[in-house]
Amino acid sequence: MLVELWFTERHTPHVKFSIRVDKQLYSARSEFQRIDIFESTEFGRFLTLDGYMMLTEKDEFIYHEMITHVPLAVHPHIQDVLVIGAGDGGVVRELVKYPEIARIDLVEIDEMVVQACREFLPQTASQLDDPRVHIHFADGLKFVRTKQANYDLIIVDSTDPFGPGEGLFTREFYGNCYKALRDDGIMVNQHESPFYEADALAMQRAHSRIIASFPLSRVYQAHIPTYPSGHWLFGFSAKKYHPVKDLRAAEWNSRGLNTQYYTTNLHRGAFALPAYVERLLEDMEDVE
Amino acid sequence: MRVVPFDVPGHKRGRGNPELTAFLGEQCVNLDVNSMKPLDNLCHPVSVIKRAEELAAEAFGAAAAFLMIGGTTSAVQSMILTVCKQGDQIILPRNVHRSVLNAMVLCGARPVYVNPDVNPDLGIALGMRPEQVEAAILANPNAKAVLINNPTYYGVCSDIKAIVDLAHRHNMLALADEAHGTHFYFGDNLPPAAMHVGADMAAVSMHKSGGSLTQSSFLLLGPSISPGYCRQIINLTQTTSASYLLLSSLDISRRKLALEGRQIFAQVLKLAEYAREEINSIGDYWAFGAELAQSGTAVANFDRTKLSVNTLNVGLAGIEVYDILRDEYDIQIEFGDLGNILAYISIGDRQRDIERLVSALAEIRRRYKRDKSGLLTQEYIEPQVELTPQQAFYAPKESLPLAQTRGRICSEFVMCYPPGIPIVAPGEKITEQILAYISYAKQKGSSLTGPEDAQIEYLNVIK
Repeated sequence: MLVELWFTERHTPHVKFSIRVDKQLYSARSEFQRIDIFESTEFGRFLTLDGYMMLTEKDEFIYHEMITHVPLAVHPHIQDVLVIGAGDGGVVRELVKYPEIARIDLVEIDEMVVQACREFLPQTASQLDDPRVHIHFADGLKFVRTKQANYDLIIVDSTDPFGPGEGLFTREFYGNCYKALRDDGIMVNQHESPFYEADALAMQRAHSRIIASFPLSRVYQAHIPTYPSGHWLFGFSAKKYHPVKDLRAAEWNSRGLNTQYYTTNLHRGAFALPAYVERLLEDMEDVE
Repeated sequence: MRVVPFDVPGHKRGRGNPELTAFLGEQCVNLDVNSMKPLDNLCHPVSVIKRAEELAAEAFGAAAAFLMIGGTTSAVQSMILTVCKQGDQIILPRNVHRSVLNAMVLCGARPVYVNPDVNPDLGIALGMRPEQVEAAILANPNAKAVLINNPTYYGVCSDIKAIVDLAHRHNMLALADEAHGTHFYFGDNLPPAAMHVGADMAAVSMHKSGGSLTQSSFLLLGPSISPGYCRQIINLTQTTSASYLLLSSLDISRRKLALEGRQIFAQVLKLAEYAREEINSIGDYWAFGAELAQSGTAVANFDRTKLSVNTLNVGLAGIEVYDILRDEYDIQIEFGDLGNILAYISIGDRQRDIERLVSALAEIRRRYKRDKSGLLTQEYIEPQVELTPQQAFYAPKESLPLAQTRGRICSEFVMCYPPGIPIVAPGEKITEQILAYISYAKQKGSSLTGPEDAQIEYLNVIK
């Protein structure tokens, strides 16, 4: 028997998205934000930070596969990976499927997020104890500042460009990531949504700041039902590799990884963007 | 009961100007009222403003305090106009804010400059050494007062206690420009505040580190100054329609500092020291601090809440770093001069904002680092004073192209703003060094102000 208990997020001041909640599993306020974990019938457990949806058990595979397998199917020898944000462990869960990865530095600002996810979201947090994973509870912007040519891949799994994740959408952060990557390194980032006006502006701003630091930056998309509008973007920025021309599809497929969303065919298609999204991005490139 | 307004301001609590109300908010326009019996009158306080001034005096350890709404400029000018008349001498460092010299244009006082020492690596003028002040006092025994910056824009403090005592021993008054020193009155481990070491007057910029609205300030008096006379002086130039937004912001901020100032400035100090350490670990930048201070020198004390960074070893002028931070990193800092930048750290800052500043500086070094040759540091230019500021300002004059002004006596100010310290002031001779400085500052993109010609192609000189 369910009661009329609903979690609601405003996707814009005029649009609401609601999930019926069975019960609340966790609620706490950390130094940085409010953290909640709910149990629901439709989406399973879900994590919110300051009332914004971060992940649900039902659709997190889309986000985590797309932010991880895309660069790994392009770059031929990824050994050292830096993951910023991602305290839920979902990115790490995908990364540890690659035996050639030697080291994963996970930099999460909020230790309480990791604790809460370890306890209530084992679906994403299950691989955080892999011996290759080194968790640093630190400000991502500060951590990356001191690194120079240390990584082959940086994954920026940030929250939105307000609140504690704000610094991860700045030009200084992207520039520091460029410096922290080796000569053939790749950065992949959570790139907001093109659909609602405020999200689209944040998306454009992020793009203009990234292209100021990287010689090659492309945007790709995925369908994530619980994020505003469901249409979500990722950024692929590289010093050397092109995300489609340098895709090593046969090699990736020979790994026999069992994915639910990502395929190498989808990889190619994900970089084919709707016309209005292309225009939003080109507007930023023209300014530069 | 609601009072029906049949008085000014004519927007009548915002109803008459809905665009303004929408922009500023209802609460804000509701507070924008005129002096009236229950709200007292700043020109002649008898009730709530008087009480607010008494509480301020108590909070700052002063004998009397005035709420000022014309900026610290008005507080500084009121200090000078209170103690100096036509022809009176006042001893002061040349690196004063323009408001000090402006006051001399108004009252006809004669400046006696103490040439501050300069730190050659930083290119900034420092404080006054007590023996320099003593020499100036002995050479000008009739001077009325000594004015002290406490601290300078960069955070440099003279030995204010020693200078106040010297002035008093020679029957002179001691005035302090504390535009950058409000927090000294409330924090621990900070340099001494003027009123706490016996100064006679101090101008305190509450809207800087004190958190009140822009343009609001305090003028503080010691027991030697007549508050009634000082009020008359203030009323010579102050508006009779004082803004209650500014007045209330002063009172609320005074309360906050009195109750929480100690914790607030401990936190500001912590942020500033952290930023300094991080910036110094980037390499090439020099975020200077307490290491400058040594007793008996021109830096008796350093205000460690100030975050000043020398940028020359990165190969960039401070003003260039200032521009890059704003144009490319969306970071607005307080100012950049030829060799340094100043980032203002306050209670409004968060750790993550500090991380942005530090990371942006690291990026700027990575992207722009170049040889430093060709970069000038600013030199302190010792003024050649030929006339008082008032004589020069009102004398018959002509406008000449910059290049033709060498050797002439200037009749106006030229300064980079901020910091607003004149490169040349009325009554001073224009030298080759001054012209070179102006042209270099223009080329590097400093915002120059002062002259009648806004383009600074021409200067007014005395005929």
